[in-house]
Formats: sequence, structure tokens, C-alpha cells
Amino acid sequence: MNAIAPITLSLEPFAARLSDVKGEDRKAAAGALARTGLPTPRVEAWHYTNLRALSGRIFSDAPVGFDESAAQAALARILPPDAAIAALPRLVLVNGRFAPSLSSTDLPEGVSCTSFVQSPDFGILASPDREGMVALNTALADDGVQVTVAPGTQAGQVVLVSLALGTESDVSFHPRHSITLGEEASLSVIEIAASENAGAYLHNPVLTCAIAEKAHLTHVKIQQEAENAVHLATVYADIAVRAAYDSFTLGLGSVLARHEVHATMHGDHAAVHVNGAQLLAASQVGDITSVIAHAAPDCISRQTVRNVLSDRARAVFQGKVLVERVAQKTDGYQMNQALLLSPSAEINAKPELEIYADDVKCSHGATVGALDDDQLFYLRSRGIPDDQARQMLVEAFLVETVDLVEDEALRTVLHQALAAALSQRVGAAEKTA
Amino acid sequence: MSELLKISGLHASIDADGAPKEILRGVDLVIPPGEVHAIMGPNGCGKSTLSYVLAGREDYEVTAGSALFKGEDLLAMEPEERAAAGIFLAFQTPVELPGVNNANFLRTAVNAVRRARNAPELDAVGFLKAVRAATKNLSMADDMLKRNVNVGFSGGEKKRNEVLQMTMLQPTLAILDETDSGLDVDALRIVAEGVQNLRSPDFSALVITHHQKLLDYLGPDRVHVMAKGRVIRSGGPELAKQINEEGYAAFLKEAA
Repeated sequence: MNAIAPITLSLEPFAARLSDVKGEDRKAAAGALARTGLPTPRVEAWHYTNLRALSGRIFSDAPVGFDESAAQAALARILPPDAAIAALPRLVLVNGRFAPSLSSTDLPEGVSCTSFVQSPDFGILASPDREGMVALNTALADDGVQVTVAPGTQAGQVVLVSLALGTESDVSFHPRHSITLGEEASLSVIEIAASENAGAYLHNPVLTCAIAEKAHLTHVKIQQEAENAVHLATVYADIAVRAAYDSFTLGLGSVLARHEVHATMHGDHAAVHVNGAQLLAASQVGDITSVIAHAAPDCISRQTVRNVLSDRARAVFQGKVLVERVAQKTDGYQMNQALLLSPSAEINAKPELEIYADDVKCSHGATVGALDDDQLFYLRSRGIPDDQARQMLVEAFLVETVDLVEDEALRTVLHQALAAALSQRVGAAEKTA
Repeated sequence: MSELLKISGLHASIDADGAPKEILRGVDLVIPPGEVHAIMGPNGCGKSTLSYVLAGREDYEVTAGSALFKGEDLLAMEPEERAAAGIFLAFQTPVELPGVNNANFLRTAVNAVRRARNAPELDAVGFLKAVRAATKNLSMADDMLKRNVNVGFSGGEKKRNEVLQMTMLQPTLAILDETDSGLDVDALRIVAEGVQNLRSPDFSALVITHHQKLLDYLGPDRVHVMAKGRVIRSGGPELAKQINEEGYAAFLKEAA
């Protein structure tokens, strides 16, 4: 602690690529990065999550092109087994680049999709000047998908897969996605970040969501990256009058992961749900950070995040709720809970309420605990073996957050992903504990 | 007389602020197959502790004595092994399990026990059929299966849910820890019928109660009076009537 920590983290891992960027947005982002460097724990928003895992390495561009049959096989393994989900339209990126050959061409009527390279547009929602990892994404954005839903279109569900395929270590990709919903449109996106035969890569996506009046975007993410991968994602959601952004993130993979959400309700009677669950083991670090801004009256925000941590795993929860002066009758709720299954597991929780309006209802809370002995004994007294009983209680703890997702099909996908992860992980972790 | 359960000189303590507190002080009790026995006794006499110790709750330390179930050392078994062997404890305060669906819970338990007993597991259809029949007998609404275990259940619903689990798990010895407490007359009748339906030469019950009413329904073969961590008196059903009329004072004086 006595050594003076550097304020900035060297840009060396990306220096060669950053010196070569073209275009106004990218240059501005690279310039911002050159001034600030990558964030270190000295930066308040990164106090609990240290990016030193990136230093001392040189990250190169992901290779273009991939083995088609390997990708198909990986998709078959990664996509949810549910037949109804398999039939959904899908957009697939391989190593950060849009892969038309793996993606559906027949999107629902009223839905269009272009790749970022086709028509690069960084939009106005992201803040590369404030967020280091967003600046890095902006400077190095390789590709991404830009989905637009026409006003009044009930577009159903779309699967967005980001596959790291055969990626060697020290490769990074920085996809830039956008979703734009016209007035009274609706869309559900199931985002899956996964890998096949990949090394210690960095996946650094940015997603911007513009949700027009009375539109409804459901965004569910399943993060199951490779075990040595680093996943640093930022989502911006801009929510208009009576519109909703309903999101859930399930953190399972990566050695280091951060899911950062900036949701701003600038229209009255808007709603935001930023829920999530993390199931972490070994020395995984999982960070869920959010800034929910009430910038208009009569809006609702809900946030429930639960973490199950074994071994030396560490979870970070930073939840800021900002209620601006104009945002009277705000209704905000935030809850962060952790189940620690090992004495060396750790949770760092930082709730933050910043309220400038005087007629608001905002509550927040946090709990940390172990499995409940009474519940465990009850299950075992019914003949359920100890291992299985523990797994049931862990699953129950996380399922309660999954059940906050309104879309039933998406809920099913999350249940399956969770059950699969649990049967692999918890049993093994408990036995070695 | 054969013995399903034989408890001899059982002593057990619980950790109370770092010091062991002895609650069972030499319990002797024998339950033959097919019989219903009642245990009555004033609050704090150790009735619930006895039920927990028999079911395998780890908070209690057995310091002396033995408990044989079907001739096997019950106290050496894990709680789940006891359940598989045929012990069922109906909890005085059933535990709520948020996020655990009641039907899934029941099916998991039934199949865990069936596996341990080398019986074929029930598939979804077979399970549903069995559980529907049981819920109907207990006048339980089907939606109780869809809800989370005991969450938001009324006191009566929780007790009925215990009897449902008991019915599905087919124990050879059911321990009912004040299953009648907090029940209205109709619920009490339903619960009592639920137990009566299980009566057979292969089913015994140890019924812990304060009330005569449940025993009127069940007609116990034997009644035991517990006080200060021991069984101080055993007799026929008339013992329950005597307690109902006179209270425990006379027994306690006798034991002192």
C-alpha cells in the first residue's frame, strides 16, 4: 500500500493500434485515452476493479476470417437447446466481426440490421471522453451490429452472439453495437458472449440503445466467456417518455468481467430494470456497475443483483441512482445481495444515491450471508443429499432474480444457462471446499 | 415385541453461548412397527429436541445413549440417510424456501429417496399422478404445487404441505412435531385423516402434541409423558385424557 499507485495505466498494450487510428471520432477517443490512460483503482469508478491483468501484454487485432464448420459446431453447442430459441433470428459476430454467413437474413418485418463497418456511426449516447474503456472501444471499434426497429413494430426476439473462436491469447476485439427502437416498438435481445477453443482474449463491447416514446427493449445477456478472457462491456440506454429498458445480465465466465450500464430516463413515466446475477468461482472477478439517471418525473427504476461466490471469487457492485431536480415522484429501488460459499470469497458493494428532487421514493439495501442452515437441514431431512441440497439453494437464490425478467422465453433461456453452469461448477466447488 | 425404534439412555445437549446445555437427560423409548405413540409434556421438556435429534439436526450433540432404527445405529446416519431409511419429521415450523418450486422440491425429494431405496425413479407423469392424488386427499389447491415451498403459505397450508411430503415419501416412522398447533378444526381433521391414511403394519408415528383433539382422531397405542429431558411415564390412551383433565402437575411431582 505504501508504493504510490500510478494514476493511469499504461496504454502500451494497445499503443501501436492507437497510434494508427483514422477518423474524427476515433482520433478524439485516442486523444482522450492518451490524456487519461486506462482507468486504475485511483479512478473512483474503478476503485474495486483493477485492470492490471491487461498490462505487460500487447493486444493485437483479431484475425479476419474463421473456420466456418468450427463456428457452426460452436454455435450448436453455445445456443440454448430450446427449439423455440433455435428458431429465432440470430446475429453472429466471430472475434468481434459480423459474420453474415452465420446470421439470419430474414429478420422480422420492420427490423433492419447493418454491420458497423458498412456504415460506421458512433452515435451520440456513449461518452468516450468520460469512460476509458468506451474510449478504447471507440478508437479500436472493428465492427458490430446496428439494429433498427421501425415505429410500432413488435419485433419479438433476436439472438446476438459474440463468439471468440480459436482466438489466441492477447488478441482483443472491440465491437460497437447499437439498437434503435422507434415509437411504440418492442424488441427482446438475447446477447450471448461465449468462446470455443480460445485463449486469454479481451472482449470490449459497447452497446448504445435509443428507446423512443412508449417503446420497450428487453436486453438479456449471458456472459460465458473463456476462463482466461477479460470481458469489459458498457451499455448506454436512453429512454424516452413511457418507454422501458428491461435488462438482465448473467455473469458466469471470464477471469475478469465488468458489465457497466448507464441508463438515462429523460422522458416521464419511463422505466428501467437493471437486474443481474453472477456465479463466480476460482479467482474470478465480476463487476456490475450502473448509473441510473432519473432526468424526468414519474419514472421507475428497479435493480436487484445477486452474487454467488465460491473459492477466492470476488464480486463488485457499484450502483448509482441519480435523481435530478426535475425528477419528482421518482420511484427507485436497489438491492444487492451476496451468498459467500467460502471464507475467502469477497463482495465489494457501493450503493450511491444522489437525489436533488424532494418528492421521491428511493430505497436501497445490501445483504451478505452464507447458506441458511435451517433450509439446508429441511432439504436433507427430505432425503436430498447435502451436495444437491446446496445446489438447489444456490440456484433458488439466483433464480429469484432471473424471475424478474418479464419475457417468459428469455427467462427459460436464463434458467437453462444457470442450471447448466451450476451443474458444472457448484458441485465441484463444494467438494473441493 | 419387535422394535422399529429403540431409544436407550439418550442424552443430548445444545451449545448455549459457548457452554453445552443438556436438554435430553436419558430418554428411553420403544416404538414397535405399525403403532402410533404420542409424546406429551410441558414446554421445554425436550420433545422438539428429541424429534430434531432423531432427524439428524447437527446443532445437537448426543453425549450418551443410543437410538436404533430397524436395528441400525440411527445416530451415525446423515439426515438424508435417515430419510431414505424411513424417518420423516413433520416440522413444527416448516421452513420457507424462496425460489424453490414446491413440485420440483417434492419430486427431487421423492426421487432421491427412491434412488436410495433402490426403487425406480418417478418420471414427470408418474409423479404428477401421485402428487395430484395426494393433494386431493388433503384438500390442497393445485396451485400450492406451483408456488415456492411454504412461501406465503398460511399456518394451515404449511402443515398440510408437511403431510403431503410425508405421504409422498412413504416413511416407516413419521415424527409429527406439534403438527396440530395453529390449525382450525377443519384443517386438524384433514391433517389427521392424512396421517390415518398412512396407517399400516409398516407405518408408525411418534406424535408430539399438547392437545387431546389430534389423539382422538389417531387413537394412539401408547402415550408417553416427557419432563425435564426424560420419559417419566408411559401408558395407554387414558394417560392423554388424564393430562387433558388434570395437567402435568401430578406427573411432575411424582417424577421429582
